[in-house]
Amino acid sequence: MAKHRILIVEDSPTMRQLLVFALRRLKEVEIVEAQDGMDGLRKVTSDHFDLALVDINMPIMDGLKLIRLIRSEEDLREMPICVITTEGGSEDRERALELGANEYLTKPIQSNLVLSVARALLKIG
Amino acid sequence: MDDDRHELERGQAVLAVFRRGAEFARELLEDNQRLRDELQRVRGRQDEAARNPQDWDKLREELLSRIGDLESENRDMRDRLENIEGENQHFASRCVAIEQENDNLANLYVASFQLHATLDPNEVIEAIVEIVINLIGAETFCVYVYDERNRTLEAVAAEGAAICTFPAVRLGSGVVGGSLEAREVQARSVAPAAGAPATGEALVAIPLHVGERPIGAIAIHSLLQQKQGFTDLDYELFGLLAGHAATAIRASQLHAQSERKLSTIQGFIELLTR
Repeated sequence: MAKHRILIVEDSPTMRQLLVFALRRLKEVEIVEAQDGMDGLRKVTSDHFDLALVDINMPIMDGLKLIRLIRSEEDLREMPICVITTEGGSEDRERALELGANEYLTKPIQSNLVLSVARALLKIG
Repeated sequence: MDDDRHELERGQAVLAVFRRGAEFARELLEDNQRLRDELQRVRGRQDEAARNPQDWDKLREELLSRIGDLESENRDMRDRLENIEGENQHFASRCVAIEQENDNLANLYVASFQLHATLDPNEVIEAIVEIVINLIGAETFCVYVYDERNRTLEAVAAEGAAICTFPAVRLGSGVVGGSLEAREVQARSVAPAAGAPATGEALVAIPLHVGERPIGAIAIHSLLQQKQGFTDLDYELFGLLAGHAATAIRASQLHAQSERKLSTIQGFIELLTR
């Protein structure tokens, strides 16, 4: 069975570790981590991913800018993106979805919610 | 060669489907014949009963008895089904509870791991800040470290407000100082409305202590707007922070001290051996 490749773009090592823990419950999944938006952009443009989990507030390049740049690449327009952020306002959510995010989750996260969103975006059971 | 093998495999697969179809058709025919025989037998009995009225009564009683048996069997099956559905519901609830517990344990493990992953005092404080933001969901909070000489809590990190808005706190003073003196988490049960001012009494004061030694405190003043209140997991995290964060801070302080002493001694040795 082909592995699903997931990119986590998050500056907090605690959050990255928690997301890896949650996503490892998916079968046949390979997880790659990026520490900020620039690192995320480098990785997403140099390799194929089936899903990206993106934080908003990050150093060097924030998540919204990263999403805009990802969606400006023709090859990456269909890649599912889920935002995971502390920003809970409806305007923040709308902005992220307008820029091209598929889902928007707020912290503190619930691992089972992240898992079910990941399953839905990857279209797996 | 590959094409031939592929064709052969396809042919065998099609043949297998036909064989299964043929077997299924044979089973259907056998069932059909059995039912025809049964029908014939029942018609035979009906004809016999039609010739003799007493046989009709006997047949009627037999049928009524059979109906009674079937109804009883039906009730038993429904009861069993209800029991099984109840058990399923119970297992599903247990499954959800266990998954939630797993998630909570994962959170606690990650928090503990991050706290003890470094001996650098600044990195330990940073780990505490990350845990409070990402796992608890605090918006405005301050991390204090205890100054033994002055017996005060000094703010070393803050989020949601400038660090200068969190003045030093004497041990035993206010909610924060009081919680450290008592070595008890002090929490308000109701979260304030989103956007409540950062200053004023803390929502939660978490004392950081190693045994009886005060190390510091965490004071949470407001939560992220999407967080309505504290959960059971949050209280577990408060307990974890009270112990593990304190140990991590103390270990990093001692490590930093020993590194400085080592550096000083090495300097002396170099002087002496020059």
